[in-house]
Amino acid sequence: MFLVDFFACLKFRCFGCKLWRCCWWDFLLANGFDRITQRRSPEQRCSPTASPDSSQRQQRKMKTKNYITTYCLFKCFSRYLVHRSNSNFQYSSQFPGFRCQVSRTSRPLETVLPDPKQNLPSVHPLREYIGRDLTSASNFSGYTHRIPCRFFGSTPIVMQRNPMFSTINADDITKFKEILGEKNVVQDEEALLAANTDWMRKYKGSSNLLLQPRTTEEVYIFLSCEIVAACFTIFCIRISFPHLDRLFDKVSQVLKYCNSRCLAVVPQGGNTGLVGGSVPVFDEVIINMGSMKNIISFDKVRRRLYMVSGILVCEAGCILENLVSFLDNQGCLLWILVVLFPSGVYFLASIGGGCCFQFSLCCRAVWKPNFWILDLTMPPFRFVMPLDLGAKGSCQIGGNVSTNAGGLRFVRYGSLHGNVLGLEAVLANGTVLDMLGTLRKDNTGYDLKHLFIGSEGSLGIISKVSILTPPKLSSVNLAFLACKDYVSCQNLLLEAKRKLGNILSAFEFLDSHSMDLVLNHSEGVRNPLPPSMHNFYVLIETTGSDQSYDKEKLEAFLLRSMEVGLISDGVLAQDINQAFSFWRIREGVPEALMKAGAVYKYDLSLPIEKMYDLVEEMRMRLGPAAKVVGYGHLGDGNLHLNISLPEYDDTVLGQVEPFVYEWTSKHRGSISAEHGLGLMKANKIHYSKSTESVHLMVSIKKLLDPNGILNPYKVLPSSLTS
Amino acid sequence: MKIMVAIKRVVDYAVKIRVKPDKTGVETTNVKMSMNPFCEIALEEALRIRESGRASEVVAVSMGPQQCVDTLRTGLAMGADRGIHVETKETLYPLSVAKLLRALVEVEKPQILILGKQAIDDDCNQTGQMLAGLLNWPQGTFASKVVLDEEKQEVTVDREVDGGLETLCLDLPAVITTDLRLNQPRYATLPNIMKAKSKVIKKYTPQELNVEIKSDLQIVQVTEPPKRKSGVMVSSVDELIDKLKNEARVI
Repeated sequence: MFLVDFFACLKFRCFGCKLWRCCWWDFLLANGFDRITQRRSPEQRCSPTASPDSSQRQQRKMKTKNYITTYCLFKCFSRYLVHRSNSNFQYSSQFPGFRCQVSRTSRPLETVLPDPKQNLPSVHPLREYIGRDLTSASNFSGYTHRIPCRFFGSTPIVMQRNPMFSTINADDITKFKEILGEKNVVQDEEALLAANTDWMRKYKGSSNLLLQPRTTEEVYIFLSCEIVAACFTIFCIRISFPHLDRLFDKVSQVLKYCNSRCLAVVPQGGNTGLVGGSVPVFDEVIINMGSMKNIISFDKVRRRLYMVSGILVCEAGCILENLVSFLDNQGCLLWILVVLFPSGVYFLASIGGGCCFQFSLCCRAVWKPNFWILDLTMPPFRFVMPLDLGAKGSCQIGGNVSTNAGGLRFVRYGSLHGNVLGLEAVLANGTVLDMLGTLRKDNTGYDLKHLFIGSEGSLGIISKVSILTPPKLSSVNLAFLACKDYVSCQNLLLEAKRKLGNILSAFEFLDSHSMDLVLNHSEGVRNPLPPSMHNFYVLIETTGSDQSYDKEKLEAFLLRSMEVGLISDGVLAQDINQAFSFWRIREGVPEALMKAGAVYKYDLSLPIEKMYDLVEEMRMRLGPAAKVVGYGHLGDGNLHLNISLPEYDDTVLGQVEPFVYEWTSKHRGSISAEHGLGLMKANKIHYSKSTESVHLMVSIKKLLDPNGILNPYKVLPSSLTS
Repeated sequence: MKIMVAIKRVVDYAVKIRVKPDKTGVETTNVKMSMNPFCEIALEEALRIRESGRASEVVAVSMGPQQCVDTLRTGLAMGADRGIHVETKETLYPLSVAKLLRALVEVEKPQILILGKQAIDDDCNQTGQMLAGLLNWPQGTFASKVVLDEEKQEVTVDREVDGGLETLCLDLPAVITTDLRLNQPRYATLPNIMKAKSKVIKKYTPQELNVEIKSDLQIVQVTEPPKRKSGVMVSSVDELIDKLKNEARVI
């Protein structure tokens, strides 16, 4: 097989030699290739003699052409020969037109505004005051400010700007512009305001610089070529310039500079965090990863066109929903493109997914040949992301990984520690740690990637991720059930794990108070069950491969539980629309809480049998003044405790904290199950972790980031880090 | 009084439709199938009439391959009393369906026939009208409100027409086809799903009903709608006007 392929390659080279020279390079050059090859180093760019005259340019173009031809052929064959035997052969499916396709589905961040009737200040007056005070960064030069600072959801603390950090001056900005280009250094007030404020509008920083590093500029061209009369051959050409790669690694350059100048930075993704981890506290430089949104490769073990393993490698700024829709379109169709050149040469290419259409448009623009697209429907091999969460329309994969986001599919696919196969992280001093493996098993030394998963950007900035994506299963069933007490919810979970084990994909619960909130505050939601008093509602989702078998299994399970009395009532979604409306109830709780007024949010991991006791105790403690609601991922022992008030009230907060943390600690729970510590709980880490472990964490932080410039004041207690 | 409701098994409303590569139809293998939303509305209306005490029985009818029984079970779980399944592997077109329904009407003798106005897969919007023609019954199509008067043996139907509502009074027996705003269908609750397991589904074949399934229609080709072209940025008003005049030819 190997030999045959090799000969096919050779054949292609002889056969297509002319093709290469006359068409390919025109095509490549027309597609912005020359722009990249002629990119000058920053030093050159600054020098006055940098702009060559047209004849020089022409000459250079010719040289480049020759260089690329040789380089590319070498690269293509070497890759081909080397990687054919490697089971993780990576194609680069990025395509010039593809970026548009990915970004098309992205939704803007939806901020939920508090009810205007409540006349609720969106930002706490005290914070507003601090924000105003901090607008001018020059305040900080030389001496320390001590600012009494209070955040919602935490007790008053005194936070001071670390005097070690320098402030931004004009030179810094010039340098950043040099590295990133003019338009990626943002100082515009409105853009900065959005980046300075978090999704909940609880935390507001006063940074006056936003950096948007763009993709490392490589050109990937992926073609699967088939030559008439030759046996089936697939190969991949990746044209990259190793010596330029380094130059283009913008994040690394920026961090290196910041570290040398001792400028604090905050890495930011979709800014959907709930604990203030993604916004600056004082005047840190914001590094937004949103522009690094390319999918580098997907899967790439092809066995005669079938994709089997499902490993996705992408950049940190990819929006989760875009990845979901990308995976949904993978491998379902195979297109064969037949191009007939005017000279009578045939050319056949087989391209998966939607690339073909765009590719054909490119071809048409360049050569105007005749072409046809034949499509072969393949058995559907679609994939899903192993995580799914409410904020998927705006959150980014880099942020998900660095906060170790949980979400709705956790009970099925487990944590990101298991699903992330590798990542590339940039350390504070600019070192790029390439751990972008795509192997499921790798026991060589310490597995360093786990340090970065869940470190909330305090150890390094994650720039690329490789994730194992499970195949998409076609049969999804969803039941919305009512239980009379918490004990039956628990027993139902035990039963479900036993009876539905292999198909159970979500087990969520909400109490009647949350249900009331959703029904009152969310539009278009109706109670699927006949209106009668139920104390708890449970959502069970199963995902499997056989619709009728799964449905039968779920129905049998539910009917049995009903006979035993675990369920008092329930409905089973009969179509996708109904399933969607059930999910809306569960996913609508946070939104309804925001609309209801002020809210204190706690995200706790507790032993399942103790979980609801906390909600009840809290309800007793606060009395009728506050509405205490509990919902969450029962399957993972994760409770979202929310205290809803007409407006923020310090006396209530005093009653809630530190009681809730002490209670959690007493029952050996975690004060942050999936939201992370961020700014809100940085000083509360002791409730969940022993002193020794916290000290080790601090020494790791000091080792990787000696100046402490990465996401300062967060994750670890400030008393230990500064 | 007996009400008969026709329900159809179609590709789920939320599934993205893919055309078969040979362009003979729509891909249905390995695709989630559900009850046609308009049929759900029709069934809900029948159930509401029964619950108000003006009808004694609701019979759900479905036609097609064996899997239609699943859809019928959903209907029974919603609350229909009995099911009838006309089993055939052949492709059914509106006229054949109307003929089969007429044969069933002769067997069951219902007073009201409620159908969805159209199925979301082929969007024919013909069966109800053809059936009324075949039975020589009055018809109220696109109903957005149905009021039944038992004593006068008539039914008042509000129809959604262009620019307003049309109110019709039909003598029973009659055919009604439902529009989207008639009601909001209920969910199948667990106790009802349990009850539905013991309800009867009677099977017929087209031969038993003396209906020959043939079609005078031939599907030439099924294609996807053309993809939307990407927009262009124009640099000036003049260019815009030029494009509107010469390319789009709208001014």
